[in-house]
Amino acid sequence: METMNFEYDARGPLTRRAHVGVVGSGDLEVLIEPSDKPTAQVRVRTSVKGYTQVWKAVLDRFFGRFERAAKVEINDFGATPGTVTLRLEQAAEEVRS
Amino acid sequence: MNTITPLSNRGRTWFQALADNAQPVNTGLGSVLVADATWRGERVRLLAIVPDPQNRFPRARHGELGLDEGWAIAHHVREAIDADRSGARRPILAIVDVQSQAYGRLEALLGIHMSLAAAADAYATARMAGHPVVALIVGTALSGGLLAHGDQAHRLLALDDPKVVVHAMRKQSAARITRRTVAELDELGKTVIPMSYDVQQFAKLGLLHELITGIDADAPSTAQVAEVKERVAAAIADIRKHPGDLTSRLNNPEARVHRAASIEVRRRLAEQWNA
Amino acid sequence: MHTTHSDNPITKERRDRFLARQSVIEMRARERARAILDPGSFRELLGPFDRLESPWLPLQGIVPESDDGVIVARGLLAGKPAVIMAIEGAFQGGGMGEVSASKIAAALALARGDCERGKPILPVLLLETGGVRLQEANLGEAAVAEIHAEIVALRPLVPVIGVITGMIGCFGGMSIAAGLCSYLVMFRQARLELNGPEVIEQEAGIDELNASDKHLIWGLLGGEQRYETSFADALIEDDVTELRQVIQAQAARGVPARHRSEQVEEYRRRLASIDPADPPDSLALRRIWPKGEMP
Repeated sequence: METMNFEYDARGPLTRRAHVGVVGSGDLEVLIEPSDKPTAQVRVRTSVKGYTQVWKAVLDRFFGRFERAAKVEINDFGATPGTVTLRLEQAAEEVRS
Repeated sequence: MNTITPLSNRGRTWFQALADNAQPVNTGLGSVLVADATWRGERVRLLAIVPDPQNRFPRARHGELGLDEGWAIAHHVREAIDADRSGARRPILAIVDVQSQAYGRLEALLGIHMSLAAAADAYATARMAGHPVVALIVGTALSGGLLAHGDQAHRLLALDDPKVVVHAMRKQSAARITRRTVAELDELGKTVIPMSYDVQQFAKLGLLHELITGIDADAPSTAQVAEVKERVAAAIADIRKHPGDLTSRLNNPEARVHRAASIEVRRRLAEQWNA
Repeated sequence: MHTTHSDNPITKERRDRFLARQSVIEMRARERARAILDPGSFRELLGPFDRLESPWLPLQGIVPESDDGVIVARGLLAGKPAVIMAIEGAFQGGGMGEVSASKIAAALALARGDCERGKPILPVLLLETGGVRLQEANLGEAAVAEIHAEIVALRPLVPVIGVITGMIGCFGGMSIAAGLCSYLVMFRQARLELNGPEVIEQEAGIDELNASDKHLIWGLLGGEQRYETSFADALIEDDVTELRQVIQAQAARGVPARHRSEQVEEYRRRLASIDPADPPDSLALRRIWPKGEMP
């Protein structure tokens, strides 16, 4: 298991929280909830080591657009970058709706 | 494949030692020993699973809890419950040296899960009916073996002995399934206590009422047998004072350290139940 | 060979029913619990944001899940209080760890408290598990023993309904829990056994059981076989509506006079009739241990 932390600037608050996904083969769970800090703080725990750059690229792209103050927790069990983005979009959809 | 290890005599040794000279109940099985011992004028029902090289089910010949064994335990525990319904509830002592459950095709077909369920049910029912139920672990207590024959007791006692092993699965199999070597598994057991095969580590989890030290588990002396009997009798007395369910395994100093999550789950679920 | 469609005509009604089916197996545990409960009544207890995850998996370099793979949800089923305890098979094969098993044991204990105070609540277990999670070995097993104790304590007050969905099935210490339930519902795609086929093969050798022989395995442990030989009370198709209906139908039977695991003499008689030296095969067992024969 590898743990990584990222932090992104935020412009506005988040009012809801959401949970999506499952820590099963090729999948991940995302927990997203409001934060008091003016940033998005992301913690990733993944079963696959050595992909920090890939994670950074995927998360940079998503949180560059998301721009909300949030605490985000990702528990990953070997999801592809595509699945990671899909789950993040799903979580974002839920906190917006 | 199972490596051939010598059959353990511990179940029989302790059954005979603790039964004094009580006439065994006829179970019709070479693998299930039952007797009503008289301890200080009180009847105590003893049950043990032992190896039976003639067992009609080949996969249950080495002291495993097989199809016949589970149902027989259920029968003989319920026999005591029924007989004592209107009188003093006799204590029930499970003597545990069980080579896990029997693994086999026939066992699968004939529903060995139901046999173990019936045994666990009977012990739990006895406990709830007011019989003090104690399990004394004198050897191997593996997996389904302990779940069906011991785990439903009010109190678990174990001998402090290197061959006393409590675990969810045989070490070689657990290593294979968790993709580790046996050496790695042993190393892990030192830091991750529930993974340990060592009974002294097991004792730290708060599941044991008592770890009895200084006993020769294979060939106990008369004094050692008397000592163990004394400890079991003390556990029975303790149950009569504080009966209850299995929560004594959570309400103790060891559990507060190593079963903190179990305790927290109960506390917080109760908080949210009616919220 | 004579096979015509008229033997089993696909009527409009049958086709519509088939097309309207909503698969339970394709759902995750949380969705299953939500789908069983009446719309809008689902309330999860100790959910992901309570973050009661396994304290033992990260110590072993294994990523935990925020709910530890068990969903406890209260709500209504056909207007009456129910609590669903659903195991997530995708996380660690549904293995029961300290937290996940304790969630079920604690929920059963709280349900008992409600029933004792005259507030009946129907407990439903969705079993999708390989048994005790080996990474938490002794604590998983201890908590599974507590589940057993709680089922036995609760079921005189209210029927405890077990459901084995699939595709994992129900194995190990949790197969004992299934055996303790008042009523057991199985999907055709479900399997029920104490020992997983791989474990039997490993412990007893490939001559005893070839775990890759799917036909043989389903004949031994599959939902239909378990139902036909009276180890399960209902066999159903993979459909939410049917599952909701069958849970209500089983609950309506009330507390059985004697639970399956209390029918000791009947099972002993059945077992005595088997000769291990000349054992029946799966189909023969259906004839000699037919369903509906047990009380």
